[in-house]
Formats: sequence, C-alpha cells, structure tokens
Amino acid sequence: MAQNPAATDPGAGGHAAASGGAEPRHGLRLLLMWIPLSAAAILIIWFVWYPHLPPGRMSDAASGQQFDIAVLAVTAAPVVIGVLLYMIYAIVVWRARPGDEGDGPPIHGHTKVQAWWIIITSLVVLWAFAFGTYQLAQPGGAGGGQGPSPIWPLHGAQTTAWSPSSNDMLQVQVIGQQWAFTYRFPQFGGMESTMLELPNNMPVEFHVTSLDVIHSFWAYQLGVKADANPQVDNIAYVKPHQLGSFVVRCNELCGFWHAAMFNYGRVVTPTAFQGWARSLQLKELRAGVLAALPPYALTYDPTVIPQLGRDIVKVAGITGANGYYYPGPQAGTPHGDPVSP
Amino acid sequence: MSVLARAAALSVAVLVVVGVGIFVAVYYVGSKSQLTNVAYTASNGQVNVVLQEDPQNNSSSKPDWVSYFVQDPKTHHFIHTTLFSIPAHVKVNVTIYGYDGCTPLRNNFWSRVQGTDGGTINVQQFNKGRPLGPARNVSVINSWAHCSVGHTFAIPSLGLFVPVASPNASATLCGSSPCTPSSGPYSLVKFSFTSPSHGGTFRWQCFVPCGGGFIDGNNGPMGTLGYMMGEMQVVS
Repeated sequence: MAQNPAATDPGAGGHAAASGGAEPRHGLRLLLMWIPLSAAAILIIWFVWYPHLPPGRMSDAASGQQFDIAVLAVTAAPVVIGVLLYMIYAIVVWRARPGDEGDGPPIHGHTKVQAWWIIITSLVVLWAFAFGTYQLAQPGGAGGGQGPSPIWPLHGAQTTAWSPSSNDMLQVQVIGQQWAFTYRFPQFGGMESTMLELPNNMPVEFHVTSLDVIHSFWAYQLGVKADANPQVDNIAYVKPHQLGSFVVRCNELCGFWHAAMFNYGRVVTPTAFQGWARSLQLKELRAGVLAALPPYALTYDPTVIPQLGRDIVKVAGITGANGYYYPGPQAGTPHGDPVSP
Repeated sequence: MSVLARAAALSVAVLVVVGVGIFVAVYYVGSKSQLTNVAYTASNGQVNVVLQEDPQNNSSSKPDWVSYFVQDPKTHHFIHTTLFSIPAHVKVNVTIYGYDGCTPLRNNFWSRVQGTDGGTINVQQFNKGRPLGPARNVSVINSWAHCSVGHTFAIPSLGLFVPVASPNASATLCGSSPCTPSSGPYSLVKFSFTSPSHGGTFRWQCFVPCGGGFIDGNNGPMGTLGYMMGEMQVVS
C-alpha cells in the first residue's frame, strides 16, 4: 500500500508534502488576506451600513442604539471574517487530494497560538462587556424602562409647569389598555390624548403604566421601549433630535387586537408643542373632560372609581360587567337623564 | 431504520403538521367566516349604518355575552355579526341603539367624544319606544359621574371614539336579543364621520371592560368577533 507522505509528516500540509515543495507560511497568507478583508468590512459597515441602521437618529436613545449596533458590528466583523477565511482556506489548501485515503497529520498543542487565542477572545469579550455597560448606563438609560426609581436619569429640570425656553423635563404618562395607548400630560392640567406630540431637543420622561394586562410602549424611531404593567410606574427617558413622525407599537402580546395596537406620534418644535398641548388642555377643560378624569397619579387602580368614592364589585380578582359592576342599585340616578356631563 | 421506514415516518410527520394547520385554519380563521358581512351602500354620498348593543346574546352560543348587532339595510333585521362594509370617502351616519345597562369605563377618558363630525354625538333616552327627554348634542358622557355609559364604539385607527349612553339604570333591561324598541329602555346615539378615502379593513371595538365573568372584564365578548369587537371594511 502506498503511504501518504502527509500522514507521516505532522508538520507538512498534504498539498505541499505531496508536491514535495517547501511548506508555505500559512499564517502569513491568512494574515495578508484577513487584514484587507477586515478593513474593507469595517469601512463598509461604518460608512455605508451605519447611517441606515435601525432605529435611525431621531433621538439620543435611537442614535445611541444605532451607534451601539455599528460598533458591535465593527467588532464582530474581523472575528467572523477570520473564522470564515480560515475555514475556506482549510477547505481549499488542506483538502484531501484524489487517491489520498490516509489519515491527516496528528494535531499537537501549540502554546503560543492557544495563548493568543485566549488573549484575543478575552479582550473582545471584555470590550463588548465594557462598551455595552457604559452605553447602557449613559444618561437616559438607553431608552429602556428603568422602573419607578431610575438609576440613570436624563438631565432636566423637574417642574410642575413646562416651558419651551428652558431645560424642563416634559412629563408624559403612557397608559396602555386593550387595545390603545393614551397619553397624559401632568404639566398641562393632566390632559389626556390619543395623540403623542413631543418637543424637539427637550428632555422627556415617560411614565409607562397599564390599566389592564401587560403591554409594552415601543416608540420605534425614538429608540424607546418600556413595559407597561398594571400598578407599576415604569420610567423611560428620551431626547428627540429630529422633527417628524414616529410609530408607537405595543410590543407585548396583549390580546386579540395586539397587532392593531399602534398609533403615530410627532416631534415638533417646542413652541408648536406648547401650543398643541395648551389648546388641547383648554378644549378638555371646557368640554368637562379634565373634570371627568381621575386625579393624575403614577398608577391607577381601575377597580376604583374616584368620583363615586367606591370600588367596583370585585370577587377573587374577577370583576363583573353587564351593568353589574356597582354594589347595589344605582340610587340617585336622575330618571331618564343619565347623560349630563 | 430503513429508507422506507424513514420515508413513512417523514410522511406521517408532514401529514400531522398539515392536519394541525388545517384544523387551526378551520377552527379559528374559519369561525370568522361564519359571521355575515353586512354591506352598506351609499346614496347621495352618504351611508347609514345602524347598530345595537344588547345586554345578552341569546341568539348565539354565548347567551350571557353582551353583544353588538348590525342591521341589514335590506331587511332591517338585526344580525348577529360585527362585520360590515361601507364605501370609501362618504359621509357615514351611524345610529346605535344602546340596550345594555351602565358599566364604568376603565379609563374615563373614553367618555369624551372624538372623531365625529363636530366632535359631538346626538343622544336621546327612550323606554319602550317612549322618549324620556329631548335629543341633545353632547361631547362628553361622564361614565363615572352618573353611570351613564353602556359601551363604546371606537375605531382607533380613524381616531373615532364614541361613548354609547346607557338607558335608565333603574328600568328592566331588554331580556331577549336582538332587542326591539318595545322590549325595554334604550338610548339612541347618532353621529357622523367621513369614511377613509382608501380601502381597507378597520377594526372597531368597545373600550368598556364588558366581559362579565372574565378577569378584569377582558376577554370573552371583548375579544371575540361577533360580540364587542368587529371589523369595518372600506371598499374603494
């Protein structure tokens, strides 16, 4: 039986050994291919892909997320290219030739290579950890909900009245319910709206809660996503940087019409926002809507009707309906005139 | 395992998956097709849609579920469905008979009328066909102050939110569906809006948690087509 030279020479590649030539410097070859490929990938990611990455640059949180994805892609690209390059190189250069049925050379440990492998992979992982942690902790908390006591607040003045010519933090309460979001503005008399307008270049503090099941407030282009849980005040921050519209979606499966639970918001100039908010506040004041709403609170118990001073019938977590919500008959209801505001 | 056995096992697995898919399609998606779509046509640029909401639905398999009904414009009979279609870009005149009693809104913000022509609705109370007062235009029906809202009719994507007044809470409600004006007290709510200029399907729903017996009043009729939620198809 003919003996394969490669099987007897652990230091030789099959092709080189078979042809009888000197063993090429595979490491140098791979390095010379890896460097330009990685450089090209990094340049393409940074200058071509990065500007178009989701969720865009409409806010500081969105820009931060876009930057994070780009940086991590730049970090990962050389690693991916290195692995794929090595795999392709191995298939092409070290593949078995026709008639070669011998075993490959035995593999021995290589301390230097192993040490570099551990050092490089550790540095990559540590870099990803440090970068990710810093980006998460930067002011505003990267657009995610931080619960009722944020540890990474956004800089802005906490005021009871909001002014466009200051750095006042705009308070916006997001209320999820099956199947719509509504928004309350405590600095504008607690008025409530199905529309969400925000002032450009002003800090915004979202207080996200729910009146029934779990929802998730996801203002996609703003890079904000915070869970809306009943009886929980979940705070998230954002500072818009671009005028325009954005989509708000529920991001938690919340029932039959979950997929249809979306609407649109707009980022407008601070002056335009103030005009919109004040006119809506005035309209709701005149119509009696503000009087009908419960006092502004960070969370609401939907089984309590503040204006009636009593609770809805609730037995073991189940509330009744069909007109049987209230305990006992509706005493005092004006006969034939239940419509007065 | 032989190739033949593997092929047989694979065939059985494929058949099972396909069978489950067909079952799901028929059981869930097919159930929707059992509901009639009531087609409204326009006359002189206007279309008249007539609905009613009842405290029960004993014409269905869920007799204790509150339910909307849609009136067939040809027969004037109310049908157990919540699917209807209207033409695009026409004035839609909606009439809702509210036969169900009051239930407080979970979010009293929905007491406010939104998205109708003029931002108001016209409301009048009746008892067995007899008016209990004059018809009035209102922009708010405060469901917490007077327990005066039975349900709502809302098409969120169009910004249309209408509280439907409840009848006199002390009167005996209609006990058999679909209710008729002579069967008990009711409110009559009228409003108009303009249908979208483009075609499409627009979901509508009630915002009162009226699923009696379900946690927090959700689910049941709140989450089932043919009861307190439906679809409005706009035909362009």
